[in-house]
Amino acid sequence: MRLPLLALLAKEPAHGYELKQALEQTFGNAYPSPNIGQIYVTLGRLEKDGLVRAVDVEQSNRPNKKVYFLTADGREALETWVDEPTEGPRVRDEFFMKLVLAPLTGIADRMALINRQRRHYLSLMRDLTELAERTDPGDRVALLLIEGATLHLQADLDWLERCQEDLVS
Amino acid sequence: MTVLRTLNLVRIYQNGGVPVPAVRGVDFTVEAGEFVAIMGPSGSGKSTLVHMLGGLDQRTSGEIWLDGKRVDTLSESAWAVLRRRKIGFVFQFYNLVTNMTVADNVELPALLAGMSSREARERREYLLGELGLTERAYAAPAELSGGEQQRVALARALANGPRLLLADEPTGNLDSRNTRDVLKLLGEVHGNGQTVVVVTHDAKVASKADRVVTLSDGMIVDDASMRRRRFPPGSAGDVVELHG
Repeated sequence: MRLPLLALLAKEPAHGYELKQALEQTFGNAYPSPNIGQIYVTLGRLEKDGLVRAVDVEQSNRPNKKVYFLTADGREALETWVDEPTEGPRVRDEFFMKLVLAPLTGIADRMALINRQRRHYLSLMRDLTELAERTDPGDRVALLLIEGATLHLQADLDWLERCQEDLVS
Repeated sequence: MTVLRTLNLVRIYQNGGVPVPAVRGVDFTVEAGEFVAIMGPSGSGKSTLVHMLGGLDQRTSGEIWLDGKRVDTLSESAWAVLRRRKIGFVFQFYNLVTNMTVADNVELPALLAGMSSREARERREYLLGELGLTERAYAAPAELSGGEQQRVALARALANGPRLLLADEPTGNLDSRNTRDVLKLLGEVHGNGQTVVVVTHDAKVASKADRVVTLSDGMIVDDASMRRRRFPPGSAGDVVELHG
């Protein structure tokens, strides 16, 4: 949450509620709607770290509101984030542990583990397929997120197949 | 009602006098209206199995029953008649007739199955429309991209309203948008009662199926009913939770 907020503030200073709205507008359905408390807590931490500063703006008939803007340090942190390659998700090594250790435990054989895992992935895939069908075709961000999840799942299934070929025979 | 049943189906190829078993005793039943996906590593016998089910490869031993009739003993010409009437087959490589237009490729099986030319044309228009190919109707297969040819092959396989649709990697060469069109059509014909058996690597295709059968080394190692979850995810935001 920290860096997306910095990115929004790089465009223009804003108060907490505006940031919530901007996040919703940008990501549509693709991200769970952030709660306003979470946003204020994050802004407080960013302020403490010197990445944003707040100024009180007087409002008639209402309490002052805090408008946040990006500091030079904040911009630097944002640039570092944007410039860095991002770690990809890792192989699901907990399942792999189970699979490799299965013959030692005597609790389940490998084929049974692989079959159960495949069924699980396929039911996740079914959820994603249904979700893609229900998603507004104009919501590119949401559809790309779903497609990303789909491709990861396909890779998990392909890898499961490789495990099946090499460990079960 | 059972559409398809195999009993201890075996296929052994001879490779320079060395027997190579591809399918090693498959017992498999498909009920009317079921959508079954067959998965498994390459070389596990999936394609061989589905080719035998369509009469395109000879079994070594065992039995195949289609609509209550034994078919593994049929001659090639009897199989050809059966395919014309009851089976739609989508090949991995599209096998379109090169000197006929897309429209004619799709209408031909409908006409051969006994539809009137008007029915055949309407069926073709519907299928090509669903697959986003209306504007390509009068093109020759050679003018189409691989993805377009593959979708035409699916339209052709569905043209005669087959009792059983068999498909070997029907989305193998498609990008994600074309895959979506193919999935939508498969879902639609399945919804209308079409029985479908599809060999696939593509989990998106498998996720549309009622059942996923997994082969390994020529044998069935898993046969899973795909039940719907009670609480499917509500929005794309949940994907992050699902898979984060």
